[in-house]
Amino acid sequence: MAVNTDKNSYTILFAIAMVVVVGSLLAFTASSLKPTIEENERMEKQQNILYAIGVNENGDNDIVFVGTDKVGDLFSTKISEQLVLESKDGNIVKQMTRQEYMTANNNQEPYLIDVKKQQANAKAGASRLLPLFVGEKDGQTVYVAPIRGKGLWDAIWGYVALDKNMVIQGVFFDHAGETPGLGANIKQRYFMDDFEGEHLLSDTGAFKGITVAKGNNDPLNERKEDFKVDALAGATITGDGIAAMIKNDLKLYVPFFENLKKQTN
Amino acid sequence: MGLLSKKDSKLITDPLADNNPITIQVLGICSALAITAELKASLVMGIAVLFVLGIGNVVISLMRNIIPSKIRIIVQLIVVATLVIIVDQVLKAFAYELSKTLSVFIGLIITNCIIMGRFEAFALGNGPWRAFLDGIGNALGYAVILIIVGFFRELLGSGTLFGIPVLGDAIEKTGVYALGYENNGFMLMPPMALIIVGLIIWVQRSRNKALIED
Repeated sequence: MAVNTDKNSYTILFAIAMVVVVGSLLAFTASSLKPTIEENERMEKQQNILYAIGVNENGDNDIVFVGTDKVGDLFSTKISEQLVLESKDGNIVKQMTRQEYMTANNNQEPYLIDVKKQQANAKAGASRLLPLFVGEKDGQTVYVAPIRGKGLWDAIWGYVALDKNMVIQGVFFDHAGETPGLGANIKQRYFMDDFEGEHLLSDTGAFKGITVAKGNNDPLNERKEDFKVDALAGATITGDGIAAMIKNDLKLYVPFFENLKKQTN
Repeated sequence: MGLLSKKDSKLITDPLADNNPITIQVLGICSALAITAELKASLVMGIAVLFVLGIGNVVISLMRNIIPSKIRIIVQLIVVATLVIIVDQVLKAFAYELSKTLSVFIGLIITNCIIMGRFEAFALGNGPWRAFLDGIGNALGYAVILIIVGFFRELLGSGTLFGIPVLGDAIEKTGVYALGYENNGFMLMPPMALIIVGLIIWVQRSRNKALIED
């Protein structure tokens, strides 16, 4: 078969054919796999939220989520309420009890709120919806808030479980593309476990957040009220990103916790 | 290797040592620096490249007579990108955990110059079977260096291998740490990968004088 592959017309035809073939192949793959992928992402969110309240199958050093076969059931047993707050004053705009969210149409549940989209809304001047999940850890009520920010290369996000005084009870962090061995270690036990027990509010109730600090001379993290955790070597910008997302996003939940305190007192 | 002729088996063995893509051709250095801070990442990246380069070489080789030479680089790029995206989507749907581990490597594969280099230098001029062997050989040669570098960086930098502590506990001061040993944080920085690759090149060339260029 002697085709003159140098001719311009052939080159253009080849390019067009290639684009059509590759384009339809990718479109077909993407659309046929989309439902499965979305289902996986939904289950992952539930696993992450459960992880933050200590429901996991961890060994000594590793991170093991509850299996995908039982995550749905566990989620509905452990999470008693799903709330949506309004960012301006922390008022509850939507409250779904266990019965309500279990019978709700699948897409209505607050845990499916896209934090990224809400952040974009807030930037555009609109108010932001803040999801919050009420669960229980070691017999006390905990509130799990999703947070999201920027690492070195790409997005980082997480779920933070807080008690009613905004003391951290558990966290889960994840990332889209941090450097393996460096920034990606935010997803390691030794980093995440350091956050447990850290305070976010000062004695007077002012919001301080947490700094991921180099050289805070507390590698075992024994001081829980210094608003600092030990940083990761070689991951300064990712660590700063963690500190920033905790400060920016959890700050919005402060009015809710203030209201909560007023109600219980 | 009884299955392969001598010429064919050279396609696999050459890139492992005397024509190694990293240490001799100095291709793929960028990803070798980026991801070798731990052994597991090195291994995963090696496997991912093995897969993409093996299949990509065959695809390009099959298309070699109909690709217009003017746009061949773009065509090669599209083939890699398509393969990588399909693999990524399939993993996301059927092996979600694995796809999370691979996330950053997916992007790095497309930019890996070994892949484009082999397409351009070998697959465009050879049949599918030989192109496949060449792809596998080069990917293995790449993986071997990655694993060596990853081994030393993780061992000396974090005191672990595959995330498992092998030198004792650095904070509790057990194992060799009790003797005053400290992890070398420098090993976790990308430049140290360059230095280790340099040392490998040195060792290799001092053992085989034929590799030394004037």
